[in-house]
Amino acid sequence: MIKLVGVEKTLGGQAVLRGVDLEIPVGKLTTIIGKSGEGKSVLLKHMIGLFQPDRGEVWVDQVEISRLRGRALNEIRKRFAMLFQGAALFDSLTVFENVAFPLREKLGLAEGDVGRRVHEKLEQVGLHGMGHKYPAELSGGMRKRAGLARALVMEPEIILFDEPTTGLDPLMAKTIHDLIVDMHKTFGFTAVMVSHEIPKIFDISDWVAMLKDGKIAAMAPSEEFQRITDPEIAEFISVGGTVTLSPGARRR
Amino acid sequence: MTQVIAKLGRTTLFLLREMGRMLLFLGATIAWLSRPPFRPVQILKQLHFIGFKSSFVVVLTAAFTGMVLGLQGYYSLRKFGAEAALGSAVALSMIRELGPVLASLMVTARAGSAMTAEIGIMRITEQIDALDTMAINPLQYLISPKFVAALLGVPLLVAIFDVVGIYGGYLVGVELLGVSAGSYWSSIESAVEWKDVYGGILKSFSFGIIISWICCYKGYYTRMSAEGLGTATTEAVVLTSVLILIWDYFLTSVLL
Repeated sequence: MIKLVGVEKTLGGQAVLRGVDLEIPVGKLTTIIGKSGEGKSVLLKHMIGLFQPDRGEVWVDQVEISRLRGRALNEIRKRFAMLFQGAALFDSLTVFENVAFPLREKLGLAEGDVGRRVHEKLEQVGLHGMGHKYPAELSGGMRKRAGLARALVMEPEIILFDEPTTGLDPLMAKTIHDLIVDMHKTFGFTAVMVSHEIPKIFDISDWVAMLKDGKIAAMAPSEEFQRITDPEIAEFISVGGTVTLSPGARRR
Repeated sequence: MTQVIAKLGRTTLFLLREMGRMLLFLGATIAWLSRPPFRPVQILKQLHFIGFKSSFVVVLTAAFTGMVLGLQGYYSLRKFGAEAALGSAVALSMIRELGPVLASLMVTARAGSAMTAEIGIMRITEQIDALDTMAINPLQYLISPKFVAALLGVPLLVAIFDVVGIYGGYLVGVELLGVSAGSYWSSIESAVEWKDVYGGILKSFSFGIIISWICCYKGYYTRMSAEGLGTATTEAVVLTSVLILIWDYFLTSVLL
């Protein structure tokens, strides 16, 4: 279980997180929502030790990771994978080499086993036969899928998704969401996702948390979250997918 | 007045912090060099990029530097009737100073700037974070091979620079201006000592360290924007060039 206790973080003189308390349920898909610039990605990166909090604690099971460094932190990170907003594929490697990268670096498997596992994952994310391409030759959606394959290939216990559908068309966003849900059901990992895709995230998430003013304003099971009556939260989740026209811009 | 003092204090603190971070970066990179895996393929790839791909521009610079030294040296020495010493003048200038300094400046401009840009882009596009999340140390995976390659590649390029420069001086002094070939080579043989060669090699090793250290550091800690990356690349080239020249002076004063 991942647990954040009173996490505070100031970046560039601006207080981004102001005492976040959050518990991520094991084996569930939890989505963190919130306005742009609220610090959702920063929060996610605290969970894997890419950021250290100025104050507060980050627990992964029985280990407090916020002050860990080097080998001790790497031991914890072996349980994680992360899909970055831009997929963060290595430009100089092909798709196959990108997905094979953690297997070769961390497990030292025989090339035959590496090939089998990589092809299996590429097939699962719908990139069969694309292994020879470089990231620059792929569309945004394909890059995300390759990033997902790389995240899944080590079969981690916990996967962090940083806005996995940002910048994609609705069809591709649905494809990525479906893939995440399928993989989550198949492998049963704990998933934490940062997303703006309201209302879609309510269909796919087990739990939803909202980050507001540097704190967790609410966290509840997905269906329950939609019934929250707090006006600001209700407004935030109700405007998703709707357009408010100004009086002078009414459609003819 | 208090504002000026406050600004001065802030700048001083910033510079001290930056220097401390740079030294920690260098220390950590050296520490990671001694830990397996040693990644020989990565080192060879970097050696190809820093060394082989810089060889054309190094040869070109060396040839024209040697030729202009031959030209200038010939007309200066002729005033004293000492044209026969042209070979030693060209060779000593090349081996002691111009070879290490100019070759290193060319490597900085060609390969150093590319190193900063490459690492900076990897930082901006979160590829370095991705390495971290996979429990792979970016210093070991990315920086150490570049560091070793620069350490090996720069002395080799300097050796090529010296040889090509001496032949450039020969071409102008002997073939064009009529200095005797025998006196050109014999003056080199009598004037150049092993300690000149060792000094040049020592300089080139240290310049290799400076290039990889500063250029990788600037890329690694680039600000997360296109403008930040441009600034980092410029700063890397300027700071490396200035440090090479300053370090050259100190090393020369010790070696002489």
